[in-house]
Amino acid sequence: MTASWIGFAYLLASALFILGMKRLGSPRTAPAGNRMAAVGMLIAIVATLFHEEIVRFEGIVAGATVGALIGAIAAQRVKMTAMPQMVATFNGLGGGASALVAGAELIRLAEQGVAPSPFVSVPIVLGTLIGAVTFTGSFVAFAKLQELISGKPTVFPLQHLLNLVLGLGLLGLGGALILQPEELRLFWTILGLAGLLGVLLVIPIGGADMPVVISLLNSYSGLAACATGFVIQNHALIIGGSLVGASGIILTQIMCRAMNRSLANVLFGGFGATTTRTGAGPASATGPVKSGSAEDAAAILDAARSVIIVPGYGLAVAQAQHVVRELGDRLIQRGINVKYAIHPVAGRMPGHMNVLLAEADVPYELLIEMEEINPSFPHTDVALVIGANDVTNPSARDDPSSEIYGMPILEVDRARTVMVCKRSLNPGFAGVDNPLFTLPQTMMLFGDGKKMMEEVLRAINEI
Amino acid sequence: MEESFALIITIFVLAMFVGFEVITKVPPTLHTPLMSGSNAISGITIIGALISAAAENITLSSTLGIVAVALATVNVVGGFLVTDRMLKMFTSKRSKENR
Repeated sequence: MTASWIGFAYLLASALFILGMKRLGSPRTAPAGNRMAAVGMLIAIVATLFHEEIVRFEGIVAGATVGALIGAIAAQRVKMTAMPQMVATFNGLGGGASALVAGAELIRLAEQGVAPSPFVSVPIVLGTLIGAVTFTGSFVAFAKLQELISGKPTVFPLQHLLNLVLGLGLLGLGGALILQPEELRLFWTILGLAGLLGVLLVIPIGGADMPVVISLLNSYSGLAACATGFVIQNHALIIGGSLVGASGIILTQIMCRAMNRSLANVLFGGFGATTTRTGAGPASATGPVKSGSAEDAAAILDAARSVIIVPGYGLAVAQAQHVVRELGDRLIQRGINVKYAIHPVAGRMPGHMNVLLAEADVPYELLIEMEEINPSFPHTDVALVIGANDVTNPSARDDPSSEIYGMPILEVDRARTVMVCKRSLNPGFAGVDNPLFTLPQTMMLFGDGKKMMEEVLRAINEI
Repeated sequence: MEESFALIITIFVLAMFVGFEVITKVPPTLHTPLMSGSNAISGITIIGALISAAAENITLSSTLGIVAVALATVNVVGGFLVTDRMLKMFTSKRSKENR
């Protein structure tokens, strides 16, 4: 009797997950959607506490208390600019938890002397593998985003061969564990080696490719939960896990498309690793560069009728979102038409720029996606690029020999005047020079994004 | 066993389809909250962790379960809270006061 009630509770939870995610489709309904999903989770957890196998509560209470405290504090404190790291960490913890649950079930069966059928042992192996790769991979992503380790790709000879051998070895060990499920040493070896594989898979991927990595790890964390659902034959786990797995796969595809690269190229290409140019200061570009002061920028902006602001990762690094919004507001007050152009891979995770600008209170109606805004550039007076580089590089459109050729860009070079606020002329992540900087209509504003925008704002106020 | 396997694989495939349908409609503006919210949902693995953690005797298995409960709880609590924090910014103040 109890069992079927728990089953109905899981059905209700799953329905709430689906409805909640559906409501994430619009900014207006999204907060309610997130809460629906949270209620679904609560229902699933409470129902589980009535499960007949739940006997001792001390461990649960201890684990959940510690986890809830850490989670709540982290969620309150994290800065919006650090959101990619945060999501990477949470992905990793979810994956790790799934791997541990798969392992706990294997060990429990071994303790009871029960030999699991392949219907159980295969998902145990999959859950352990995917979960462990997610766990360590996410922490490498975290370390890169937090700049604890270099954001540049770490590549070494025979890297792919090593990964291949490790991957095949893991499959072999997994097969062995399925045949001899009581051999727990196999499980620990798989857990350890899969963890190592997670590290090795993420270190060759550069910082600007993180949107793809985080999306993929997000998908893995769902699939790991799914595999664990197969292990303990739990419908709620399978449904919840699949939803997340699907979501991660879709985001991964969107991110790859926005860079015109295949997933394999992102994962194994070591993109940006070959850059030897680290040229300090404005010297690495060819052709004359016109640089301007904050006062010059203010005068041009004041005379414009339409301005498109193009934010990039540099805006997040400089924490310039608030002053940029102030500047945008001031221009709007002066009757200038202001829009924000968002490239899908600007920043370090899908939607990163949108969150930053939302934090600064820019109404989301002013944030325009790439396809939609590109036709507006030719009749726009000023394109103001702040901390973005590769996503505005015209050679991606015009120069078939360019490394980033084919990547869809924001066509800022078609605006009447282009202002680029940047710390130096260093090439962007892809290590490709940006001809935008030497166009006749381009004016470079060299300096920290936040300071420069503050100065521009002050200069405009004085006009 | 095989019968119940057929059932859960059916559930898995159908849930994937639902996931693809629902998520394709989420606009890029909301991709970060989508990711952190869905991430919190992947913390559903907490259910499995609870069952492992609460076995009658304290064993290696239940110890792993307790660690898994802690990890999954961070994921669930942190994930939903941070998503809520972000989403509030999207609908905050000025949009409502219709500038």
